[in-house]
Amino acid sequence: MKIASIHGALLDFRRMELLAGGGTALHRLDPRAKLLVTLFFIGTVVSYGKYAVTGMIPLVIFPVVMASLGELPPGYIARKIALLSPFALVVGLFNPLFDRTVLIHLGPLGISGGWISFSSILIRSILTVGAATILVALTGFPAICRALEQLGTPRLLTVQLSFLHRYLFVLIEEGGRLSRGRELRAFGNRGLGIGSFAPLIGNLLLRTWGRAERIHAAMLARGFTGEFHLRRESRFGGRELLFTVGWSIAFVALRFWNLPQLLGRVVTGITS
Amino acid sequence: MNHPAVELCNLSHLYPDGTVALRDISFTVSQGESVAIIGANGAGKSTLLLHLNGVLATTGGEVRINGVQLAKGTLPYVRRSVGMVFQEPDDQLFMPTVHDDVAFGPLNLGLTGRELERRVQESLHRVGIAHLRGKAPYNLSGGEKKRAAIATVLAMAPEILVMDEPTSGLDPHARRQLVGLLREFPHTRIFTSHDLDMVLELCPRTIVLHEGVVAADGPTEGIFRDDDLLARCRLEKPFSMQGCPVCGKINQRQGDMDQI
Repeated sequence: MKIASIHGALLDFRRMELLAGGGTALHRLDPRAKLLVTLFFIGTVVSYGKYAVTGMIPLVIFPVVMASLGELPPGYIARKIALLSPFALVVGLFNPLFDRTVLIHLGPLGISGGWISFSSILIRSILTVGAATILVALTGFPAICRALEQLGTPRLLTVQLSFLHRYLFVLIEEGGRLSRGRELRAFGNRGLGIGSFAPLIGNLLLRTWGRAERIHAAMLARGFTGEFHLRRESRFGGRELLFTVGWSIAFVALRFWNLPQLLGRVVTGITS
Repeated sequence: MNHPAVELCNLSHLYPDGTVALRDISFTVSQGESVAIIGANGAGKSTLLLHLNGVLATTGGEVRINGVQLAKGTLPYVRRSVGMVFQEPDDQLFMPTVHDDVAFGPLNLGLTGRELERRVQESLHRVGIAHLRGKAPYNLSGGEKKRAAIATVLAMAPEILVMDEPTSGLDPHARRQLVGLLREFPHTRIFTSHDLDMVLELCPRTIVLHEGVVAADGPTEGIFRDDDLLARCRLEKPFSMQGCPVCGKINQRQGDMDQI
């Protein structure tokens, strides 16, 4: 159902904001620490070679630990990752066709470089999208913008990001209403076809514009001067330092020692 | 020292598309007064309200709040003094929780810590929705949303409350509760409404707008007895002043008024 899906997407988005209001130790951590560690994590994941697969697996520990300590619902995070994985699939889709050099032999089965790099892309996307989703669910988008600003991002950019985030909700809400109006008069037979979408999209733009202006007026009426103030005061203290340094060391260690390979050698006795 | 709360001098507004929304509007509202601005759709009520805290800039004339002329430099003062509740609470509530939304204004005023919490709690208690503070605004009912929207404005401790259609879209019970709540506010109050029974209950004075000009300004009951004026401005008497639709009897209040 289209109606359900647009409104469902909205509720899903809002759920993310509500998750960020949690009270775990990870929620209370300064947003800068979480942002820095997540960026470092994404950097680590991206730095792996084209055919890296097993080496990246242990990095799963970061999203898993963060999600469980932050008491985030695993199903929800998994759905968010699944939502974005089609993009990664498209990016890696042609690798198995172009790169047919067999790199690994599993008995009679030869696995080509294309398939390996395809899996690598998929794992990367799961790790990075997962980490970013968890960051937003633990911190909240406004707090992330604030952290970006404190870390030296120009204010113009962070305010734009905040508004983009607000506008997204408005857009989805209006889109849901328009789509409902269209479906109710389409009587199930695809409505007026693709032709009805053009005015629909134009209408959507104008409506969201109007609505965003009204919301902006409401914000101005309550003293908004271009800066989002946050209720939760935070400071970068010892806990934040420990969190940042601890994870950074873990990422570096995991990056330079291929843990599964080491483990395999220990088990098969080759290391001796 | 004792300035009127609101003073409009020859206020005009011309929209960029050439529509003249307001023409030479002049009136004053005294401190503590409760005034209704009524008129047909498109009469200019909402445009007028948006001038009271500088959301719209005048294209002619001037606006004074507590004696201070509205200008770019005085905007922060004016916005602190005039609390505006919009018609559509969904446009007013934009933060993830009711608490965050109510805290938005005071945070912009620079309040923090205990003082901030006190303001938020007080406002939520005042409108009777303290138990909803952790909820997301979009999960509230229409009446609750309206109360939350009022709380967001009360938290800024304004001296003047401006409300666009406060009772629109509410069920009779929620409407009754809201009217009771609004009656208790000590603020200077300006309402626009099509709910003329509410106007009769809350506002001793009414200003009638018609096609962007002031058609009448005076005691509410007098205005509602002027059948010609009401017809010309596409308005009707409040239900409580009309005869009973079943027996045709006019209620006590109207009977008393007619004897005057």
